[in-house]
Amino acid sequence: MNRELFLHGIRQAIASSPGLRARSALPERPQPPVYGDGRIGQFTDRLEAHACSWEEIETLEALPGRVLAWLDERRIERRMAVAPPLGGLPWPDGVYHHSAPAGIDESVAVSLAFAGIAESGSLAMYSGPDSPITHNYVPEFHLIAIRAEDVCDSQEGVWAKLRARGDMPRALNLIAGPSRTGDVEQTIQLGAHGPRQVHVLLVRAKGGKS
Amino acid sequence: MKPLRGTFDSRSAKALGDPSLQKALRNFKPLFVAKRAAAVAELPDFERLRDTAAAIKDAVLSELDVWLERYADKVESLGGKVHFARDAAEAREIIREICRKAGARTVCKGKSMVSEEIGLNEVLEEDGYRVVETDLGEYIIQLAKEPPSHIIAPAIHKTREQVADLFEKNHPGRPREESVAGLVNEARHVLRERFFESDVGITGGNFLIAETGTSVIVTNEGNGDLTQTLSRVHVVTSGIERVLPTLDDLSVFLRLLARSATGQDTECYTTLSSGPKRPGDPDGPEEYHVVLVDNGRSKMLSGRFRDMLRCIRCGACMNHCPVYGAVGGHAYGWVYPGPMGSILTPLFNGLAENYDLPNACTLNGRCQAVCPVRIPLTELIRTMRNEQVKAGLMPASQRRMMAAWGWVARQPGLYRALERLGSRMLRLRAGRSGALSSLPGAGAWTEARDLPAPQGPTFIDQWNARGGDQ
Amino acid sequence: MSHSNRAEPRVGLMATCLMNVFRPNIGFSAADLLRAAGCRVEVPNDQTCCGQPAYSAGDDDAARAMARQLIEQFEAFDYLVSPSGSCIGTVRKYPQLFADDDAWRARAEALAAKAYELLSFLVDVRRIAIDARYQGKATYHDSCSGLRQLGVKRQPRELLSQVEGLEIAEMDDAEVCCGFGGSFCVKYPKISEKMVDDKLKSIAASGADTLLGGDLGCLMNIAGRLRRSGAKVRVWHTAEVLAGRTDGAAIGEEEAR
Repeated sequence: MNRELFLHGIRQAIASSPGLRARSALPERPQPPVYGDGRIGQFTDRLEAHACSWEEIETLEALPGRVLAWLDERRIERRMAVAPPLGGLPWPDGVYHHSAPAGIDESVAVSLAFAGIAESGSLAMYSGPDSPITHNYVPEFHLIAIRAEDVCDSQEGVWAKLRARGDMPRALNLIAGPSRTGDVEQTIQLGAHGPRQVHVLLVRAKGGKS
Repeated sequence: MKPLRGTFDSRSAKALGDPSLQKALRNFKPLFVAKRAAAVAELPDFERLRDTAAAIKDAVLSELDVWLERYADKVESLGGKVHFARDAAEAREIIREICRKAGARTVCKGKSMVSEEIGLNEVLEEDGYRVVETDLGEYIIQLAKEPPSHIIAPAIHKTREQVADLFEKNHPGRPREESVAGLVNEARHVLRERFFESDVGITGGNFLIAETGTSVIVTNEGNGDLTQTLSRVHVVTSGIERVLPTLDDLSVFLRLLARSATGQDTECYTTLSSGPKRPGDPDGPEEYHVVLVDNGRSKMLSGRFRDMLRCIRCGACMNHCPVYGAVGGHAYGWVYPGPMGSILTPLFNGLAENYDLPNACTLNGRCQAVCPVRIPLTELIRTMRNEQVKAGLMPASQRRMMAAWGWVARQPGLYRALERLGSRMLRLRAGRSGALSSLPGAGAWTEARDLPAPQGPTFIDQWNARGGDQ
Repeated sequence: MSHSNRAEPRVGLMATCLMNVFRPNIGFSAADLLRAAGCRVEVPNDQTCCGQPAYSAGDDDAARAMARQLIEQFEAFDYLVSPSGSCIGTVRKYPQLFADDDAWRARAEALAAKAYELLSFLVDVRRIAIDARYQGKATYHDSCSGLRQLGVKRQPRELLSQVEGLEIAEMDDAEVCCGFGGSFCVKYPKISEKMVDDKLKSIAASGADTLLGGDLGCLMNIAGRLRRSGAKVRVWHTAEVLAGRTDGAAIGEEEAR
């Protein structure tokens, strides 16, 4: 249907409704939470509540070693999709990594989050050349690096960061833990379609290579 | 989706006699209710957020045309295409045309109530597409060829054994799985292939953001994300009432939605999509379409049921409805079960055809008490009954009884005399037993319960005999 | 509450249809309690029905006619009080019935503002000290209309806590509908039966020997099902226990135990 005609129908419906003729104003919203010094603690608490594991690393340069240790502990093969900004880190020889979109058999992805949300323990992934979306959903194991300074108190903090950047990514994926389903007998099962495990590497140092 | 066969009575009788459904309903009731209560208790601002969310919706609805226009302009500036569907038929045609143009073979679907509402799967299958529901619950009921019985847990009525049977039949060459983990894993592997073959991915839109031209979906499984990321074409189907002004407004609703729906503080995945793949993007869909569906919503906007347009489809109303808890979703006969369905289904599909839905309710108010956007559901259900009465739909026998009683109730002397007579007859019949186990004309009561007998003469007679307040 | 300061407010006691016919003891209990709370109690003889069945059925014309009648009978009192949450809930909705009639809406609003369910009246408006004994372990069913339309929850418990010998054992799902729902229970008897059976399970699990509540419709539904199922739980309206009028047969019980 023609857009003008469609909207005209809605305008007429509003005009013919006594309750709607006075346009009501948008309300003031409750203030989002603020955690101050407790922000990182809140963030990691919520990560755990959503069945994520996490560890701290001093700098991004320490990432390859910690990723490989995590994989080795679980006897997971050292093959992975790695976000382009992390591909240049000092990965040892014998580790297969690529930065293309995830393929159907992709087992591991290593990503860099755009932001974190302390309120809900979510990681915000900003799609684009530096962050393929498929890395977030296709692999079984998802390791996500996030700089401590990028952890916001609330979603509203992420929106502010986006507005400061001037644009929305094509996809902004907020991730709170591994994929799960309760669709068979309301029994919660991890790894429904997306990752079975999400491991967060919290990078303490400011700045660093990216 | 076409309405289910039978009547509310026949469907609810079947539900009451279905042991596996009853078992499922027993399992799920305390789970959803207790988890919601715990999640709400942890958020001190919850009640204020409910007020705010309702007020945001009211404000948007009062200028819905303006917000939709802003939203559509923004989507198109990002290279997306917005389609406007006046009714279900138009929406189906738009999506068929998108699939045709895309030369699609496989169509993957994330969970979308609007697509159920407009009966999309049936026509796409008729066109020869391989249509795959990817939400595990939706996938199960697609294999079973059944409609959803709950809006967020569509296969809640299926037991593990029934799912195992369905998978065994539909996944040839795979060993039968019995455990929940095994079944979930099997679906993961089978559906993964479908995601990678998908040409068109159809999802719902929980929210549409005018500020950024963004559609938002929330899932726990990640199926919606795989659907919309791996398909060449992404189609969002959404009701017109889902638009919100800004991302900050969205946050208000996201804080309410998961807590109300499943008792989680947030779903695993909240995804904001804005337009198609951009230059340099390594993945994502090449085309991005939004189909805005009216299908009677603008009519609701001007009537007595406008508050229903605040609905965010969380399912809290049915989770807390004791009638839903007794008969499950299929008894309601269509896409939307429970209290929300008792209002929406008559509005979409006819007051007469769905006479029972608003009547099969005790007006206990529990749905209204938990609705995150404060829809006065109980009030609206009663209002729906009033609309039915005004349309002359009350059954003649009930209408006659109501008229007779109404007349007598305005003749106090006669009313008193009839109460006196009734009391005497019931006492005579009961003797000293205190109750009646059967009573002609009251079989619907005495079939399941005794009728306590009157204690003695009526209160007013005794009061007067004792000389009133002394 | 300007009236409550007056020495002896005049209370019009609304004798609900069910109470009037089936359970006069509740009416006398209510009158006792209101008198103990310092009220003068009157029972208008011309009262019939508040119109709830018509209102719930969506028959607004019939409901309006009954509302007018009840407004006329009770508007002269300082308070309208009734031992039923659902009937008072209906009176509180009267103003909505007169959306297009300013004169009647004003009268409806005035009455709605002084219409109270008995148990909440005895706590929120008038203070009362309970002097009653009841030997037993009771569980309390929160009837939906009282609970969700009027906020009756803590008041009956506060009053019952003063009854000597009475132990309260809360049940699970005390706030879940018992399946009565007025005409619902006869229009959809099988669903209603399932709902009341769920209620019976909660009652049994509480270990109580007595069920209390504040709305006779729900109590007759539960008592009738309890009796049919052979359970030995006694059912009383809360007012009967508070007034100490529990010598005779409980609801649906054989006389002369």
